[in-house]
Amino acid sequence: MFRDIFNGRSIGPIAGFFIVLLVLPPIIPRFYTYILAVIFVTALVAMSLNMVVGHGGLFQFHHGVFYGVGAYTLALMLTKTSLPIWVGFVAGPIIAALVGLLIGAFCVRLTRLYFGMLQISLGSLVWAIAFRWYSLTGGDDGIHGIPMPSFISSSNGAYYFVLIVVVICLMILFMIFRSPFGETLQAIRDNPERCEAIGINVRRHQLLAIVIATFFAGIAGVLFVVVEGSVFPDLMFWVLSLEIFIMCLLGGWFTFAGPILGAAIMVSLRTFVGIYTEYWTLILGIILILLIFFLPEGVWGYIIEKFGSRPNEAVEKGSN
Amino acid sequence: MAQHNDNAKEAARDLLPVDIGQTFTFAALSSQFLVGLSRAMILFIVSAGMSFVLGVLRVPNVAHGSLYMIGAFSAFSLSNLLGGGSGGFWVALILAPFVVALVALVAERSLFCHLYEREHLMLLLFTFALMLILGDLVKIFWGADYRSIMAPDMLRGSVPIFGSPFPRYNLFILIIGPLVAIGLWLFSNKTKVGKIARAAAVDREMVGAIGINVSWVFAFAFVLGCFLAGLGGALVSPMVSVSIGMDHDIIMEAFLIVTIGGLGNMWGALVGSLIFGLTQSYGVLFWPQFAIVFPYIAVVIVLLWRPRGMLKAVW
Repeated sequence: MFRDIFNGRSIGPIAGFFIVLLVLPPIIPRFYTYILAVIFVTALVAMSLNMVVGHGGLFQFHHGVFYGVGAYTLALMLTKTSLPIWVGFVAGPIIAALVGLLIGAFCVRLTRLYFGMLQISLGSLVWAIAFRWYSLTGGDDGIHGIPMPSFISSSNGAYYFVLIVVVICLMILFMIFRSPFGETLQAIRDNPERCEAIGINVRRHQLLAIVIATFFAGIAGVLFVVVEGSVFPDLMFWVLSLEIFIMCLLGGWFTFAGPILGAAIMVSLRTFVGIYTEYWTLILGIILILLIFFLPEGVWGYIIEKFGSRPNEAVEKGSN
Repeated sequence: MAQHNDNAKEAARDLLPVDIGQTFTFAALSSQFLVGLSRAMILFIVSAGMSFVLGVLRVPNVAHGSLYMIGAFSAFSLSNLLGGGSGGFWVALILAPFVVALVALVAERSLFCHLYEREHLMLLLFTFALMLILGDLVKIFWGADYRSIMAPDMLRGSVPIFGSPFPRYNLFILIIGPLVAIGLWLFSNKTKVGKIARAAAVDREMVGAIGINVSWVFAFAFVLGCFLAGLGGALVSPMVSVSIGMDHDIIMEAFLIVTIGGLGNMWGALVGSLIFGLTQSYGVLFWPQFAIVFPYIAVVIVLLWRPRGMLKAVW
């Protein structure tokens, strides 16, 4: 099965890349370890969004809500209850997926722009409640200083934990994309009417895709708490959701690895541009405009178009 | 264990609404009604602009809030430039929307218009990029401090209405709002340009086929919509503190109002604004801590009942 998934050519570079990531922490400054961990978490949330946007064709404009719900679930469990941390790790994604199911069930009744706008409304409602319920969620301030067990509270420990979890999640996502369900989802994205005509229950597939995507967003939220040790309502604010959307676009939303690249670029730029100037949003806006005009396929999509190597071509064409 | 119980008690205490006997006096109810109404008028002016752009160009302008903010800041600067007095305010009120319209025209002709042939998502993302850029430009140009403008002399102070003091400036807003609505309606239905814009909203290919330059129609619609955003910002500037978070606040509200009103429908924007403004003002009366949640709940209820908005969408 693994031979099937990672065809001979690409397993070398991927494994090599993974080994590099494994040995980095002891040799690079702690700040970079932290940034890489943030990139891994952001990559996971971007990949989870791409499941419904790139592969499903839905206008999921408020994905950040599920990310935030996962994070807040873990944070609240650790600070307000004395349950062991593993319960929080499991509860986060489950609750995020439940919220995803609830919101998704209302939204899939509509199409395209209406789907997106209803989701923004429902998501904003969740955000507003978290923002105002000061005694439970810390409101505007969020929750800080969340205690983590010692093996993941250190910078390196958090890095390895996040890396392992993200890699496992990506492998699962890859298998889902290549599965019959994933293929059906792409068919629905490309032509929902024809799929209905051949008897596929479009709504149920879309809803299932949303539940899976929000589950992984919840995992990403949990990992966020591991890396940062705090949560704030901004995680569920619509601006962050649009940023995640841009990451998918920046990387290339018709490809598998595109959003990972998009997340890496965004986080790196935000961190390093932020050192030199406080006008990061201006730079981001300019980048976005350049993207729209010159690279609508995203960076990874552009690279594939230009340099797509032969053995991978069939695989890539299959995913497009 | 005891600590967890205390946390729960505190959370519950925060949730209790106010004392009912004190709250629901006639004076309080009518005062909140007027406050909500004046807020709704501002929301209407801004949302009508957004709805117009949405109707003709079929794309929600995420930068609409930024233009509103620029309107407020421009009014501030212009009125300071003209001495800060009452006369200065009136001139600023008239000029600021034109400043905003100019900004919109520049953005549209230089970049936006090249995207009309592309898919709608690209247009939406462009407006998001514009929002990011304009937001930081405002920060660069005006700084991050809060600014305030004084209302002109004749509109300062308050009048007693139904036993509660009501700000004179809000009364002014209550008059301006319907005037704008009437003006927009006359424009859309009685002028040639307005009718062409409405036609382009429904069937742009046909409008192009009969020889009208659709790109210019779009430019006009976009600039007019942004003019309204700037007008809303200039009008609101004496009522709120002018600051750099204004764009984020208003854009979400306008977005939701336009959605529940019916895409592109001006009367829908009016109805939506009324719902939004009144639920928020009565929410403050009933449950102050969660006042901002009430409009969102109203939106959710409306969308579940009528997913496509209450009034007919233009397309």
